Amino acid sequence: MTDLLEPRAMGQSLVRRDGEAKVRGTATYAYETPVPAPAYAHPVQATVARGRVTGMDTAAAETMDGVLVVLTPFTAERLASTEDWEYAVLQTDEVAFRGQLVGVVVAETSEVARQAADTVRVTYDEQSHDAVLSADRDDLYAPEQVNAGHPTDTAEGDVAAAMATAEVRLEQTYETAMYHNNPLEPHATTALWDAAGDGFLTLWDSTQGVHPARAAVSEVFGLDEEQVRVVCPYVGGGFGSKGTPHANLVLVTLAARALPGRAVKLALTRQQMFSLAGYRTPTIQQVHLAADRTGRLRAIAIDVVEQTSRVKEFAEQTGVPTRMMYAAPNRRTTHRLAALDVPIPSWMRAPGECPGMFGPEVALDELAETLGMDPVQLRIVNEPEVDPDSGKPWSSRHLVECLREGAERFGWDSRGPGRRREGHWFVGYGVASSVYPTMRQATSTATVRFEDGRYVAEIGAADLGTGAWTVLPQIAADALGVDVGDVDVRIGDTRYPTASVAGGSSGTNTWGSAVVQAAREFRGKFGNDPRDGDEATGNVDQAAMDEDHAAYAFGAQFVEARVHADTGEIRVPRLSGVFAAGRIINPRTARSQFIGGMTMGLSMALHENSVWDPRMGQVANHDLAEYHIAVNADVGDVQAHWLDEHDPYVNVMGSKGIGEIGITGTAAAVVNAVHHATGVRVRSLPVTLDKVLPGLP
Amino acid sequence: MDAEISLTVDGARHRLTVDTRTTVLDTLRERLGNTSPKKGCDHGQCGACTVLLDGERTLACLALAVAHDGAELITADGLAAEGELHPVQQAFLEQDAYQCGYCTPGQICSAVGMLQEIDRGWPSHVTEDLTAEPELSHDEVAERMSGNLCRCAAYANIVPAVQQAGGRRS
Repeated sequence: MTDLLEPRAMGQSLVRRDGEAKVRGTATYAYETPVPAPAYAHPVQATVARGRVTGMDTAAAETMDGVLVVLTPFTAERLASTEDWEYAVLQTDEVAFRGQLVGVVVAETSEVARQAADTVRVTYDEQSHDAVLSADRDDLYAPEQVNAGHPTDTAEGDVAAAMATAEVRLEQTYETAMYHNNPLEPHATTALWDAAGDGFLTLWDSTQGVHPARAAVSEVFGLDEEQVRVVCPYVGGGFGSKGTPHANLVLVTLAARALPGRAVKLALTRQQMFSLAGYRTPTIQQVHLAADRTGRLRAIAIDVVEQTSRVKEFAEQTGVPTRMMYAAPNRRTTHRLAALDVPIPSWMRAPGECPGMFGPEVALDELAETLGMDPVQLRIVNEPEVDPDSGKPWSSRHLVECLREGAERFGWDSRGPGRRREGHWFVGYGVASSVYPTMRQATSTATVRFEDGRYVAEIGAADLGTGAWTVLPQIAADALGVDVGDVDVRIGDTRYPTASVAGGSSGTNTWGSAVVQAAREFRGKFGNDPRDGDEATGNVDQAAMDEDHAAYAFGAQFVEARVHADTGEIRVPRLSGVFAAGRIINPRTARSQFIGGMTMGLSMALHENSVWDPRMGQVANHDLAEYHIAVNADVGDVQAHWLDEHDPYVNVMGSKGIGEIGITGTAAAVVNAVHHATGVRVRSLPVTLDKVLPGLP
Repeated sequence: MDAEISLTVDGARHRLTVDTRTTVLDTLRERLGNTSPKKGCDHGQCGACTVLLDGERTLACLALAVAHDGAELITADGLAAEGELHPVQQAFLEQDAYQCGYCTPGQICSAVGMLQEIDRGWPSHVTEDLTAEPELSHDEVAERMSGNLCRCAAYANIVPAVQQAGGRRS
C-alpha cells in the first residue's frame, strides 16, 4: 500500500501548456527544426517483394543539378551493428519485402531529391514470394514468447473435456484486419553530424522516446550514447509507430554522415509509411467458450494465428487479455505465427489488447444470445475474484461498476431483445468490456531544481498529444507542495535525465513516479526554503513497486448502431464508455485520451483495413484517400466517464494508464450493436455494408 | 525551371524564386520557414496543410506556388498575428479540440473558412433546405470539417469548439 499524494494540482482540468503553440502552428516538429541550409533526402524503395539487388544505375541521379549524395547497398558505409535486420539499412543486397529501402538521394531541394530518386534504376534477381496469412498453413510456428515478455501459450484444466460436456458451447473464428498507425505527422527527422562526421550527431526526430531512440542509433553506428543527442519536444501522433525507431532513422543518419556539418531532412511520404513504419498484424482468432445454463463459463480459450516478417519477428500478444478477463476453471491461450515476405509489423495502440478484445467480446455476445441472457449480466456473473492468470488479487478492479454505470448512463435497459426499426434504419445496442494492463517501466530519472524562484523538473519524456507537458507539472507541484503555476517542466531531449518510452500507457506512471522521487529528495535535502541552483535527482526504481497485485484498468463501452434497411449503411450515433483507470490527473486531457481511443476503435470497426495484395506483396490502398480512418462526419456523440478510483498499490499518484484502454473492446461493441440491429453477425472486421446487406430482412 | 513570384504571407510580402514544381505548402515550409501549415499526405487527402488563400480555405499541398503569384496567404499563425488568439483558436484550447497538434493549424484555418461559408449561406451535403440560412448544428459542422483528418480523433471536441467560436464571432 502506498501513501497517496494529496491531490491539489492533480485533478485540475488545466488547459494544455503547449496549447497556444499548437493552435498557432508554432510548435516545432522534427522536420520543421530551423537549421541553416538544410539538404533533403528521398528514399529509393524495392519494387520486388523478394530477391536480390543485382545492380543500381545511379548515373542520372548523380549528374542531376542539385544532387549532393546518392547511397546504395553497394556504396553505403558499413554499420557497426546489423543485428537488428530492420536497422541494417543498405547493408545487404537482400530484399525481404516490397518497399524496403534500397537507396537514398540527397539534394539541395526536396523536389530535386524526389526527381533524382525516381531516376535510379534498380535491377533484381527476383524470387517468388510468400505473403498469404492463413490458419491452414503448415509452417505456422510458436514464437519463444510474445510481446511484453508474455508466454506464448498458457493452459489450465482441460478445455476439450469441458467443451465436450458443456450445457452450452460456442466455437467461432474471428478476424481483425491489417491496420496502419498513420499518425498525421509522418516519420520524420532532421539529422546533423558534426563537421568531422564521427564525433557528434544530433537528431531532431519524431519519436515516442528520445532516450530509446538514442540507444538504438548509438548501437547501430557504434557510438557512445554521449555522442548522440536526440531532440523531440512535440510528436505529431505515434500510436506506437514511433515507439521504436524504424529504418528511416538509420537512412537519414547515413545520408547526413555523407554530408558532415550539414543538416539533412527526411520525412517519409504517406505511401512510404505503409511499408516502412510498422503496422498491426492481421489476426485470426479461434475462440472457444463453454458455459452452464446460468451463463457461468466452464472453459474459455483462444487460439491466435497472425503474421510476422521473415527477417524480424514481432509477436502480437493477442491472446493475453483472455488470460485474465473472466473466471473459468478450464483455460487455454495459444499464439502461432506465419513468417512471411511482408513489411515488419510493430506496435500499434494497445498491442495485444486491441485485437485480443475483439474475438472474445463478440463471442460473449453470441453466448449471451444463445443463453437468452443480457450480455451485461453475462459479464457480471463471470467476474473473477482474483486474477485467473497469476492468482494474485486485483490492485483494484471495478469492471462490474463500469458495466452498471455505463448501462445506466446509456439507457441500456431500453434495449429490447429483438430488432427495432425507426424509419429506414434498424437500431441496435451493443456492449463490450475494455481492459489495459497498468505498466511501469524499469528506468526513468528526473531532476528537480530551484531556478530563478521557480521549480524546474527535467526528464526526457515525450508528449505525443497525451498531455505530458501539462500533467507532469501537476504531479511535480503536488509532490513539492507548491502551486502548479510555480513549476516548469522540460521534456523531449536526451540532455534531460533518462526517460522510458511513451508506450504501454506507462508514461505518467513511470515519469510521474520519478518526478515525485526527485521532489521528495529535493525537499529532504533542501527543505522548504531552497537556494537558487539547488538540485536533486530521483529514480523510478526508488519508488515503491507492488508485486503482490494484478494491476489493470477496466472499462465498459456501449454503442448505438443504425443500419440502413435498404443500403446496409452503418452509422454509430452514440458511443459511451465508463472507465476505472485510477486517479485522473487532468480531466480535460484525460477525456481526450479516452474519446480518442474510443473513436479510433470505432474507426477500426467500420473503416480501417489495409487491403493486402498477396500477388504484389503490398498494401493496395496505401494512402489516406483509400485507407479510411474515421472523419468528423463519421463520429456522433462520444462520451467518456470514469469512476472515482484511486488505486492504492500502483504508484503514489494513484493513477493507472489511460492512453490505450479506450481502443480496446470498441470494435466488439460495434459488431454486437450491428447484430442487435440486424440479426447479422459479422466476425471479420471491418463491418462494412457488403457484409451486412445479404442478411437484412 | 524556376519562376519569380510574390506572395503575402501573414501580412508580410515576399518576392522569391521558386521551382515551378513547388507547392504553396513547400514554399511556405521549406522556402519561407513558415511551418504552421503541416504536411500529412501531400495529396490533398488529410487537410493538415489548409491555409486561407485569398480568404478561402485551400489545401496548400495541391496548389502550385507559380500559379498563385500575388496571392495573399494566411496561416494559423497569422490568425493570431497581433499576439491575441483568434476566437477559433481560443475555443480549441478550451474544448481541448486537439491532442498531438499536427492537424490543428489546418483544422483552425478550415474552421475559419467554413464559418465564412456558413455566413454566406452556402449549403452543405447535409443541409435540408438549400434556400434557408444554414445552422451551426453538429451535423453541419461535422460535415463541413470532414476534409480535415484528426488521427488523435478529437472530433467530438472539434465540433463544439467550432460551434463555440461560431456563436461568438458576430
